[in-house]
Amino acid sequence: MSQASETIAENQEAVPLPPRLYGFRRQVWPAIISVPLLTLVTGAGFPAVLATLARPLFPSQAAGSLVSGADGAIGSALIGQNFSGAGYFHPRPSAAGSGYDATASGGANLAPSNPQLRADVRKLVEDYRRRNELTPETPVPIDAVTRSGSGLDPHISPANALLQVRRIARARGLSEDRVRQLIAEHTQDRQLGFLGEARVSVLALNLALDRRDSEPPGLSRQDKPAGSQ
Amino acid sequence: MRWFEYAAFLGIVVGLAWPVGLYLARVFERKKTLLDQALRPVETLLYRLLRVQPEQEMTAPVYLACFLIFTVLGAVFLFLLLLVQHWLPGGPDPRYLTTPLTSDLAINTAVSFSTTTTWQAYAGESTLRYLSQLIGLTAQNFLAGASGLAVGIAFLRGFAREKTATLGNFWVDLVRGLLWVLLPLSLAGGLALVWQGVPLNLSPYVEARTLEGTAQTIAQGPVAALEFIKNLGSNGGGFFNANAAHPYANPTPLTNFLALLAIAVLPAALPIAFGQMLGRPRAGWILLAVMVVLFAAGLVVCDAAEKSVPAPLADLGVAGGNLEGKETRFGVGGSVLAAVVTSNGATGSYNSMHDSYQALGVLVLLANMLLGEVIFGGLGTGLSGLILIALVGAFMGGLMVGRTPEYLGKTIAAAEAKFIALYALLTPLVVLPLTSWALIADAGRAGLTVNGGPRGFTEILFAYASCVANNGQTMASLNANSVFFNLTTSIAMLAGRLGTAALALLLAGRFAAQGRKPATIGSLPCDTPTFAVLALGAVLLLGALCFLPALALGPIAEHFQP
Repeated sequence: MSQASETIAENQEAVPLPPRLYGFRRQVWPAIISVPLLTLVTGAGFPAVLATLARPLFPSQAAGSLVSGADGAIGSALIGQNFSGAGYFHPRPSAAGSGYDATASGGANLAPSNPQLRADVRKLVEDYRRRNELTPETPVPIDAVTRSGSGLDPHISPANALLQVRRIARARGLSEDRVRQLIAEHTQDRQLGFLGEARVSVLALNLALDRRDSEPPGLSRQDKPAGSQ
Repeated sequence: MRWFEYAAFLGIVVGLAWPVGLYLARVFERKKTLLDQALRPVETLLYRLLRVQPEQEMTAPVYLACFLIFTVLGAVFLFLLLLVQHWLPGGPDPRYLTTPLTSDLAINTAVSFSTTTTWQAYAGESTLRYLSQLIGLTAQNFLAGASGLAVGIAFLRGFAREKTATLGNFWVDLVRGLLWVLLPLSLAGGLALVWQGVPLNLSPYVEARTLEGTAQTIAQGPVAALEFIKNLGSNGGGFFNANAAHPYANPTPLTNFLALLAIAVLPAALPIAFGQMLGRPRAGWILLAVMVVLFAAGLVVCDAAEKSVPAPLADLGVAGGNLEGKETRFGVGGSVLAAVVTSNGATGSYNSMHDSYQALGVLVLLANMLLGEVIFGGLGTGLSGLILIALVGAFMGGLMVGRTPEYLGKTIAAAEAKFIALYALLTPLVVLPLTSWALIADAGRAGLTVNGGPRGFTEILFAYASCVANNGQTMASLNANSVFFNLTTSIAMLAGRLGTAALALLLAGRFAAQGRKPATIGSLPCDTPTFAVLALGAVLLLGALCFLPALALGPIAEHFQP
């Protein structure tokens, strides 16, 4: 109430406003200026400060964790890519675009009650069993036959990787133990011991396989199949 | 290990609620804090630019008007920005932006982000320029989150104050919330995210040639600027279409855990801040206990639903849990935890596709939203929602002991009871008619692309429940980018946000004007486990009365399908 009387005292010509309206009038300027001003602070200022601190500290992460080959980028360590060759580890099925389209992330969004899901998974199970020469009794790991949420999942479960060992060892002429060792080297455990799940990066594994194959034969004597398995 | 992750999460949330709650109380009571030296000059500058006198306080109607105008202007600003986004400088190249920004989509996105719903009827990487994501979306994440926090604090002051006409100063609460809470935490969180692999660049989309020789275009962007405040401010709309399932937005189990903490800690700290402001800490702990119990119950049921292979796939010889629509690095545990936390936290940042969840799993998520986002809830709105429903419990309790109902010394008379009743009616009065309309209209049913039957019903119900609760989650097979859905969901979002704020603030004004009745032998104690049970009962009873029929037609029917 005293605010109203102050204004009346300051400005004798103005018609005194009722006290409640006075409160409203004072808010007009802040209301108009607050959105652009605070947008600048939070939408431009904050990202600039974050970038100034983060990009020098973590340059490759900020750039997207890109993996480079001889002719430029071959992908990102975090983003899955498709593999279909017999000598490569295969990733999870993907519903991102036509498969691992990193401009169209997403899942298949089929409800468990939707018969289409059963049909899709059944076909994926058959393909997986056939490609990896599994017996019908071997259970197939669920991640090998289901679409991920993003369609760009770079990982597979260690169980999934292990079931692909025979196919890869045969295709590349490596010993199965060597391939299993590669898997063990590239398996990431649960973070901090309890967060998430153990996982293997498909791209990292396949890069390691290619690197091994590009080494001169003399150095990789232990990869030749030694006698019977 | 899942249970360890769940227990660790809940333990850390409750453990942090105490110090963070005390900090929040100090910030909004304008007492000294550690950050004052760095932030007070900025605060003073902002008050000068805004022409705000921080000592002046506002009555409830003025506070509400400021909030409404701020929200509306934010929406208008974002709308205009989106309409002109093709003229903005910077990436990505327009040839990647294959979804046109029609005016109904722009309206929907503008309303959505200015109400913290962040319902996204678009896919970020094929629709928005980088500057839109920064100046439009990231900024609104901060502003809408801070304004929600301000309203929540003003509501709490209604109980903390006696015989006062004013509830605080909206601009002061807004600036303080931004400078002392949201900005510092987002900076720390953003650094942690980049460290773990979240990109922060303005580069063009990377054209890679994969190891097998095919082309892969990889979308980039200033992701880390958006991703932390997305969760901290109870917004939820992600940079990419797959939201927190996208490996760039959420690369490791640790970023997932941090994201979920960002969603839950501030809303869990608010009951403690409430108790602190009142001088009655136990009242705050009791409210937090109600939240924890409801949270744990939902988590147990959702986990049970998702931990096994779905029944239709059981005879195909697969082993594991339900990983359809989930990411390997999170597994069932990290995905279910995220689903329950986000559906409770009015934050739509899912890391797995809800449409691929079992019926019981979806039931939990839907129920969490329909109960009013009071289990932790949105920043500022969660606690006020829980208190409003607890007032129903206090009302019933007061009648049982034959006394005028009161809560913490504040009388709940006829006028106050009207506000509370309107609040309880708000969600069903918006969700149920809109859902019915969408089911009858061809344009509504056209949104169902893949799943039909009870699941289709659930998808539509989920959409409106999510919008009214300002959650923003979706069941992704619903094609909501149509004029019908863009406009009806906008109605739901505005009703939820503005309706609850109006009711909460006007009620708080009435409470602040009251004196505080001393506690007598006959008054209902509000800081005992008995009251917690009353509040819990009120939450479940109101939810069941309003929504059991709808749930029976949706997830429950789907669960009992042969």
